Amino acid sequence: MKTSVITLSNITKSYFLGETTIEILHGISLKIYPGEFAAITGPSGSGKSTLLHIIGLLDVATSGTYLLHDKDVTKLKEDRQADIRNHEIGFVFQSFNLLQRASVLENVTLPAVYAGTPTTIREDRAKELLEKVGLSDHIYKRPNQLSGGQQQRVAIARALMNDPSIILADEPTGNLDSKSGKDVMEILRGLNKQGKTVVIITHDPALANQARKVVTIRDGLIAKT
Amino acid sequence: MNLQELLRLSFSALRANKMRSLLTMLGVIIGVFAVILLVSIGSGLQKYITDQISGLGSNLVFVIPGRVGGARTPGGQQTNKLVINDAKKLDIKLRTIADVGPVVQKTATLKYNNKTDKGASVLGTTANYPDIIINTAMERGTFFTTSQERSGARVAVIGQTVKKTLFPNTNPIGKKVSVAGNRYTVIGVGKARGSVFGIDQDNTVIVPINAAQRQFGVTSVNTIYLSAKKPELVGLVKRQAESILLQRLDEDDFTLQTQEQTLDTVSSIVGALTVALGGIATISLIVGGIGVMNIMLVSVTERTKEIGLRKALGARRKDILSQFLFEAVILCLAGGLIGIILGLGASIILSQFFISEVTPWSVVLAFAFSVGVGVLFGMMPAVRASRLSPIEALRYE
Repeated sequence: MKTSVITLSNITKSYFLGETTIEILHGISLKIYPGEFAAITGPSGSGKSTLLHIIGLLDVATSGTYLLHDKDVTKLKEDRQADIRNHEIGFVFQSFNLLQRASVLENVTLPAVYAGTPTTIREDRAKELLEKVGLSDHIYKRPNQLSGGQQQRVAIARALMNDPSIILADEPTGNLDSKSGKDVMEILRGLNKQGKTVVIITHDPALANQARKVVTIRDGLIAKT
Repeated sequence: MNLQELLRLSFSALRANKMRSLLTMLGVIIGVFAVILLVSIGSGLQKYITDQISGLGSNLVFVIPGRVGGARTPGGQQTNKLVINDAKKLDIKLRTIADVGPVVQKTATLKYNNKTDKGASVLGTTANYPDIIINTAMERGTFFTTSQERSGARVAVIGQTVKKTLFPNTNPIGKKVSVAGNRYTVIGVGKARGSVFGIDQDNTVIVPINAAQRQFGVTSVNTIYLSAKKPELVGLVKRQAESILLQRLDEDDFTLQTQEQTLDTVSSIVGALTVALGGIATISLIVGGIGVMNIMLVSVTERTKEIGLRKALGARRKDILSQFLFEAVILCLAGGLIGIILGLGASIILSQFFISEVTPWSVVLAFAFSVGVGVLFGMMPAVRASRLSPIEALRYE
């Protein structure tokens, strides 16, 4: 049997609001294998976004262990975590999170800026990626000159910039019309076929059914795998 | 990230927020500008006044009647016990170390033809007056001689204001001017001396002391100037003059004052003025600093989300902090330099028709303070935001 790329054991997450503590995740254990296309689903407030943030090292678990490529990443120093976010994980947000005052090209190259890639190399690669997502004609535009679907494709190109092995997408189609949503899903499936591990969050059962593995979260616990 | 990358990042961020960048710079500009200009005016004033007083001669010791700063009889006018014979005695005994010039001063109305000059100062003095008081060069004609002084000849040397009032279009030399009813022949015109503390030094008529005493019927003198032959002798002149005068007079009848003492007194007044101006400048610096602080706090805080995004994409804390440090430093340096240029420019322009002198410490202080405040308060929110987890920063509204 293949070893898992993401291994979560007993992950909990609590928020402290003054005196009271609110536990969002009550102990999640989950394995995701290389090349898998996994969908995390569940009603809003179930904790699925928090889970994906923890997997993407954007947030820190309160307890439990998280092994990424067999390495415990929960105890890594902040800068090492930043490097992992930079090199090994591509994150796609529901609300795109593009820098509005920077051009499409600058947005896509941003992860490579922090990786220290020389300017010409990273710009060539960004153009290549933008061509793949069908945006070659828009590289010098500002994000707000593009449609939602186009902006999400820019965000996907950005996530691919440093060629990570894992793509995490938090409701990538949530803010899009069905046509654009389909295009984005198409691109994500294509990436999975090329061998990337893709984990998406969705509460659309139709989208979830396209995934080979569906994890349903309810009230901070895994209800169904 | 290397330096070039950082510079590029910072400049593109500054360009993208032109208004904010401009306002931040404005705060620094105003602070630096105000301090440089106000301190320049203060020190210019100090230099101007010091120059004016030193213009009287640095070897001088004055003897004036009465006790300066001492007790006075209530309501009583002080009687002037200092007389011309005191000056003569001083002249004889101090001849080797000092020149002695007694001055009788009265206010009188001058007339020539149908023109009148009211409130002119009549100075009765000795022929060596120009040697004692520097700054008394002649524009035309001559000063009176020792023999004219001795004989009490009715000759006069007039100042520029008198010349302008009574002889606007004619050469005054040889003309007879009426001083409080007596006619004097003008033999010289002094060069312009300006005014000290608002008193016109050119509205004067200088006449031989004997003539003045005879006309006004006085034996007392208003001032005896003692001019030490060398600056080092000032102290000795003062001590000897004091002991000579004490043979006839009481301690309370006269005061000896050196140029240095006068300068000290005035300097301390002007110094207080400069401190006051400096205080105003400091307030403007603080106001400017608070402006910079506010804009920096707000603008960096509102970019918390951007900081979160950059962290999510793999920026290390150091990357974030260097970017914001560079932005703050660039803004404050640019603002500081513009402020210095404007401040220096304004103070140079001002020095053309008023007084102002740039002091280097004010430039350094203003610049360091503004840049310091800008960088500190630009970094504070950036440090705070860079400590948040990426998702907390991204959620920040």
